[in-house]
Amino acid sequence: MAERERRMTRPYGGVFVARTQVMDAADIHRALRRMAHEVIEHNHGHEEIVLVGLQTGGVEMAHALATVIEEIEELEEGEPGVPVGTLDVALYRDDIGIRPVLPEEVTDIPVDLDGRVVVLVDDVLFTGRTIRAALDAVCDYGRPRAVQLAVMVDRGHRELPIRPDYVGKNLPTRRNELVDVTMSGVQLGELQKQ
Amino acid sequence: MDASGEREADVVVADGRIVEVGPGLASQHAGAQVLDASGCLVSPGLVDLHTHLRQPGKEEAETIETGSRAAALGGYTAVLAMPNTTPAMDCAAVVREVLELGRSAPCDVHASGAITVERAGAALAPMAEMAELGVRIFTDDGTGVQDDRLMRRALEYSVGLGVTLAQHCEVSSLSEGTCMHEGEWSSRLGLPGQPAEAEELMVMRDIALARLTGARIHLLHLSTAGSVAMVAAAKASGLPVSAEAAPHHFTLTDECCKEYDATFKVHPPLRNAADVAALKAGLADGSIDAIATDHAPHAPEDKERPFDQAPPGMLGLEFALALAFTELVDGGAMSEADVLGTLSWKPAAIAQMVDHGGPVEAGHAANLCIVDPAARWTVDASGGASRSRNVPYVGRELRGKVRHTVLFGEPVVIGGEAQR
Amino acid sequence: MSGTTRDLTEASSTVDTSSFGDRRHLLTVSDLERPEIEQLLELTDTFVEVSNRAIPKVPALRGRTVVTLFFEDSTRTRLSFETAAKRLSADTMSFAVSSSSVNKGESVRDTIETIEAMGIDAVVVRHKSSGVPAQIAGWTNAAVINAGDGWHQHPTQALLDAYTLRSHLGSLDGVRISIVGDVKHSRVARSDIEVFTKLGAEVTLVAPPTLLPPSTAPWDVRVSHDFDSVVGSTDVCYLLRMQRERMTEALVPTLREYTAHYGLTSARADRLPDGALIMHPGPMNRGVEIAGEVADRPNAVITEQVANGVAVRMAVLFLVLGPGRASGAKNEISSNGAG
Repeated sequence: MAERERRMTRPYGGVFVARTQVMDAADIHRALRRMAHEVIEHNHGHEEIVLVGLQTGGVEMAHALATVIEEIEELEEGEPGVPVGTLDVALYRDDIGIRPVLPEEVTDIPVDLDGRVVVLVDDVLFTGRTIRAALDAVCDYGRPRAVQLAVMVDRGHRELPIRPDYVGKNLPTRRNELVDVTMSGVQLGELQKQ
Repeated sequence: MDASGEREADVVVADGRIVEVGPGLASQHAGAQVLDASGCLVSPGLVDLHTHLRQPGKEEAETIETGSRAAALGGYTAVLAMPNTTPAMDCAAVVREVLELGRSAPCDVHASGAITVERAGAALAPMAEMAELGVRIFTDDGTGVQDDRLMRRALEYSVGLGVTLAQHCEVSSLSEGTCMHEGEWSSRLGLPGQPAEAEELMVMRDIALARLTGARIHLLHLSTAGSVAMVAAAKASGLPVSAEAAPHHFTLTDECCKEYDATFKVHPPLRNAADVAALKAGLADGSIDAIATDHAPHAPEDKERPFDQAPPGMLGLEFALALAFTELVDGGAMSEADVLGTLSWKPAAIAQMVDHGGPVEAGHAANLCIVDPAARWTVDASGGASRSRNVPYVGRELRGKVRHTVLFGEPVVIGGEAQR
Repeated sequence: MSGTTRDLTEASSTVDTSSFGDRRHLLTVSDLERPEIEQLLELTDTFVEVSNRAIPKVPALRGRTVVTLFFEDSTRTRLSFETAAKRLSADTMSFAVSSSSVNKGESVRDTIETIEAMGIDAVVVRHKSSGVPAQIAGWTNAAVINAGDGWHQHPTQALLDAYTLRSHLGSLDGVRISIVGDVKHSRVARSDIEVFTKLGAEVTLVAPPTLLPPSTAPWDVRVSHDFDSVVGSTDVCYLLRMQRERMTEALVPTLREYTAHYGLTSARADRLPDGALIMHPGPMNRGVEIAGEVADRPNAVITEQVANGVAVRMAVLFLVLGPGRASGAKNEISSNGAG
């Protein structure tokens, strides 16, 4: 479960109870390494890439992915690295008014997106609605040559025709389960109502 | 219960007069209509020195008929209609119309007359022709007579007629454009306030003019601690000054305005807690002679205007007695007998209403108020018998409910129900 | 079953959906406590970012209708609210008294009920009488936002002022703010005093006694009648507009005398501590409450106030209309994740 959704559960109350450890820190790092290679391979290098982490769960992931990409590409000190932006899609969501939706952090897109390849980075891909909102948001900042999607966990249950380009782990879940992703691992569990 | 004290008795009434008062009389008058007054106080009917009946001119807010019905339900057998009608009661013709309309009312309607033509404060109204119709109180209520010299002349003139001038004490140059008491709440709410001194300056002037002219003066709806103190001092020095206070002024404070509900807008404005305490003390020690309602009906659409634009005033006739019992008796300031004095025989004396205010004795007019002092009730938002609903007491629990009202021997209210 | 549990209610963030959550109206800043004000100011950062984009528009309030109901003219405030609503993709309607049925004697209540019948979600009210937005809130189901009522309140002005100060100073704790001029008749002052003091500032009112409210007891403020003794220890100098009609009410003898004693002249501005900010709610009377040259100094943040106004009003509109209060929301929330 992304940080964002964790906060959205607040008004409803609840305690996340982890049931199964799905990945540990080393698994996360191995997955990131593989995804970084795929990104570079797919885009013939890193030069055109802009990583955009989705607030808030995708931000740490995006920075970690950028670091790995820079390592693989053996960038020298002073060479321009892989730009990382952050995006809060709250104002683009289709459920404003249905549930409490508030922006968490200020969106920060540090470079012009025109003609670049934007890789959206999030921790968990679930219904696809956040990514739908993110696509709208990215288009308000410019016209990327392509938009790709990287997620650490794809837990299924898509409600929109959205497919990730880079996946850390495909994790079959039940709808009512929660997935909690941090850099130290992935847990599967439930929200217990208080 | 009357001015002479308290006793337990039956009261026999015939042909509009009290025939006999004494214990155990009920059995001697078989076949007579009997009003059950067990557990009740039988008082001379209440007398309101300050009622706005709105007719002629504002019949959508109140009529003489509806206002009188509210009065009867409140235990009143006489009301003094204020002259700020449209046209103003500033000549015999309008006074005659009001008295005529009042003849069929369930309450004895007396008329006051304006001091100045159209209550404009510029020229004396024909007071003598109104006095001939029985007018005993003259006032420009709604505004005070601002001009010092004109007020002096009016006071002098009143002496010759044997009438009393009553003043709405408010210096308009200090109160113009204001809509509440000036203080912490007006500051917070951003509403223009009038200081207590707007009232007190005119109280001071009128006491001085009473000294100068020797004329009697009655000060309407006093609302400030300073006014009470000045009246007390004037009385102590023997000046012919009387004064009244309204139930809302000893019950409510300016804090009530905080929701911008114009139901709580009134002139003079609701003051602060110290003023409320001073009014209660003034009523208790007799500095203030009477409780007068300043019953001021306004149509709902008028009271829904912005606070600063809404007309001032609130209903009072059906609540005054219970408010007095609840606030003054239960508050420990006064006895029930003293409260009835301020509501009945003292105002009757001020207005020279010979048929009202008791005593409850053989030979006197049978104008009676029978009140159950133990009854508790909660004020609802209906506005009672009035055409208007500007009641500032909604939701309050009060003690004391009028059971019957007898007007010249006729029970106009029986068991809390108006009979006509 | 692994043993980890995490209390999600502890996973608090800078933005707390629950604190502003039940608020349907913004009638007075008295209703707002410090955390709510801070929440709103933090949220404003997001809308500043939106306003700075090439396409300064987000779809957040698509399908909502915001009406500006101005019984008193104020083109700048109305435009600010309408711009804010449009940047959130809300539909806007404008109801101006001069062209309306109010001039034909229609009551405020009938006006609001008529407008509501057209289907609106929020109404932004300006009226020359104190308390009218509060009255309207009792007559409509739409969210009511006070855009200035009489001498009473102008909440969004105070919030944008606080935002402007916060963006320069970081925090208002301990900041010495002098509010100078006609406090008595100023809804801006009444709102600013409360917001500034709630955020920890030390507020001094500087005015002749005739231009102060009858009582300052409701507020935690100091009062001075001597601008010169205060100016040297002022971190923020907030000047109020001096209305010319105050002269006819004999509240000050002449504008010249007012300027001499209470105007921010060049000489007084020179005595402000380094880094002190100069603010004014506009429109300014250059040469009266503020010298023309002083208004153009770099430490005068008056145009910034205007720019921030749009973002603050976006935050207010979003908070009263956005989270969890769609007029037609029938969808149940589909489980926990939004995906």
